Amino acid sequence: MRVVIAEDLALLRDGLIRLLQAHDFTVVAAVDNGPDLHTALTEHKPDVAVVDVRLPPTFTDEGLQAAIAARAHIPGLPILVLSQHVEQLYARELLSDDTGGVGYLLKDRVFDIQQFLEAIRRVAAGGTAMDPAVISQLLARQDQSGPLAQLTPREREVLSEMAEGRSNSAIAGRLYITEKAISKHINNIFTKLDLPPSSDDSRRVLAVLAYLNGRQ
Amino acid sequence: MATTHQPRGPLRTTLAYLFLLISNNTAALLLLPLVLASAILTLFWVGLPFVILTALTLRLIANAQRTTLAHLLHTPVPAAYRPLPPTGIIPRVRVILTDPATWRDLLWLTASPLLTLLALTPAILLTHATYQALHALILWRHTPTLYGIHTPTTQLHALLPLIPALLLTLLALALAPHTTHACTRLSHLILAPSEKARLTARVAHLATSRADTIDTQSAEIRRIERDLHDGAQARLVALGMHLGMTENLVETNPQAARDMLTEARETTRQALTELRDLVRGIHPPVLVERGLQGAVQALALTHHLPITVTTHLPGRPADPVESAAYFAIAELLTNTAKHSDATHAWIHINHGRQRLIITVTDNGHGGARPTPESGLGGIARRLDAFDGTMNITSPPGGPTIVTLEIPCALSSPKTSPSSETAS
Repeated sequence: MRVVIAEDLALLRDGLIRLLQAHDFTVVAAVDNGPDLHTALTEHKPDVAVVDVRLPPTFTDEGLQAAIAARAHIPGLPILVLSQHVEQLYARELLSDDTGGVGYLLKDRVFDIQQFLEAIRRVAAGGTAMDPAVISQLLARQDQSGPLAQLTPREREVLSEMAEGRSNSAIAGRLYITEKAISKHINNIFTKLDLPPSSDDSRRVLAVLAYLNGRQ
Repeated sequence: MATTHQPRGPLRTTLAYLFLLISNNTAALLLLPLVLASAILTLFWVGLPFVILTALTLRLIANAQRTTLAHLLHTPVPAAYRPLPPTGIIPRVRVILTDPATWRDLLWLTASPLLTLLALTPAILLTHATYQALHALILWRHTPTLYGIHTPTTQLHALLPLIPALLLTLLALALAPHTTHACTRLSHLILAPSEKARLTARVAHLATSRADTIDTQSAEIRRIERDLHDGAQARLVALGMHLGMTENLVETNPQAARDMLTEARETTRQALTELRDLVRGIHPPVLVERGLQGAVQALALTHHLPITVTTHLPGRPADPVESAAYFAIAELLTNTAKHSDATHAWIHINHGRQRLIITVTDNGHGGARPTPESGLGGIARRLDAFDGTMNITSPPGGPTIVTLEIPCALSSPKTSPSSETAS
C-alpha cells in the first residue's frame, strides 16, 4: 500500500516511516511542510496519507488545510490526520464532504500499533477512523436529552465503537459478543435515532457521525 | 481642543444639552446643604460615612455634567478620581479627601450659582424684553408703572419701552453664544482634570492593574509548576523505572517484561493526556491554529449548550489579547452553564473604534453579579491589564448580557465574516 507521510518532527517522521515499512506499506513520500504535502498528495495520489495537523511554514493547521484542499481536488482521497489534540471543529470539517476515507486520531493512538494499522487500512479502504475522544465528546454533548438517552448502556458502547469507524466484526471482537448480536444492537440504535437503515458499513458510520454532529 | 469649543450641531440638541447643563448645576446646588452637613458632622466623627455618601453623589452629578460637556464641546471630558479602597470607612474617606478631583468637584459646586446665572443671562434679558413689549402693548392699561420709572398716559407714550425691549433682545441674541461658551468653558476648566491629575490617576490605575497582572501570572506559573511536577514529570520517572526493570526481566521472565511494557505504554499515554490538558490551559492549540474566531467556534462545539457564534474580525488581534479574550469567553460560558439555567447562548465578536467588542448573551434566569472572588471578578481583573472593561447586564429573570471591550488594533487585512450555530 502506497503512503504519503507529513510530519515536521524528524523523530516522529522516522518512527512512522519505520513502523509503516515494517508492516508492508510503501512510503512514497515523507514531507515536513504544507506546500510539499500538497504537491506530494496531488502528484503521488497515494492509497492513504498520514498527516500531522500542524506543519511549517505557518505552524498553524497547515496539514489539515492541505488535506482538505487535496480532497476537494481528488474526492475521497484517503487521509488520516494525526494531532496532539483533537477538536470537534476539525473533525466536523474533515467529515463535511460526506465522503469516506478520513481519519482523525490523537498521536497517542500510535502506541497501540495493531489498532493504529487497522485504522490506516480502514481509511485506505474508504472507511473512517475517529478518535474515541471526539466520539465521547459528541456523545456527552447530546446526552442530556433526546433520543440518545433512550439507548441502553450496551447500545451506547456499540454506537461509540461504530462512530469511531469500526466494522461489525471488529466491534464484535472488541466487545466479546457475536456479530449477530451487534447487528441487532445496531438495528435498535438506528430505530431509536430514527436513521434510515443501511447495510454499507462506511455509509452507516457517516450517517451516525452526521447525526452526532447535528447535521442530520 | 481650541477649535472645538463652539457648540455645534442642531440647535435643538444644543438647547437640550444646555438644559441638562443647567439642571446638573441646579442638582449640584441642592447638594450644598449635604456637603455642609457632612463637613460639620465630620467634626464629631459620625459624619465620615456621610462624606463618602456625599462625595459619591457629587461624583455622580459631576460625571453627568462631564458627559453633557463632552457632548457640547465634542471632546471627551474624563473623570480622574483615584480608585477607592473596596472596604473601610477611614481609608476611603482619606482617599476622597486627598484626591484633588474631590476639591475640583467642590469648586464646581460652589461656582455653580455663578455658572447657572451666566448660562441663564440671555434668557433673563429676553424675559425682560418680553415683559417690556407686553407692557407697551397691553399691560400698561392695568399696571401703569413700568419698573417704577415709566408711567405712560397715552398709547404712543406707552410704546416707548419697545426701544429698550428691542435693544435687550438684540443684546440677548448677541450674548447667547458667548455666555454659553463661557459657561461650558468654565465648567470644563473646573471639571476636566488637570494633566497632572489625569496622569496621577493613570499611574495609580496602572500600578493596581500591574500588581494584579503579576499576581495572576505568578499564581498561573505556580499552578503549571505543580501540575508538571506532580503529573507528567512524575509519570516520566515512573516510566523510566518501568523500562529499567523491563530491561532486567527481558532475559529471565519475558512474560513479566511484556506486562511491564504494557504498563509503560499506559503511563506514557497518561503523561501525554496530562500535558495536553496543561497546554490547553496555558494556550489552547486551536487558538494558535485558527485564531480567536476558530477557537471560540471550537469551544462552542464542545459546549453542552447550543451556542450561536457570530464574528466579524477583519484581521487578528495581538496574541495576548486573543488569549485573554478566549479565556474570558470560556469562563463566561462556564458560568452560564453552571448558574444560569440557560438553554441557548450567543457570542458576538466584533471590532470597531480600535476596540475588540465581545458580547456573551444567554437566556437564563439572570441575576449574575461580579464579586471580587467570583469568576466574573477574575475576568475583569485580567482584562484590566489591557485597559479592557467588562459590563454585565443581568436583571432577575434574565437575560444576561456581558459585554467585554478591549482596546486593540488588528493585524492583516483579511476579511472573514462568519456565522455558525453549534447545535
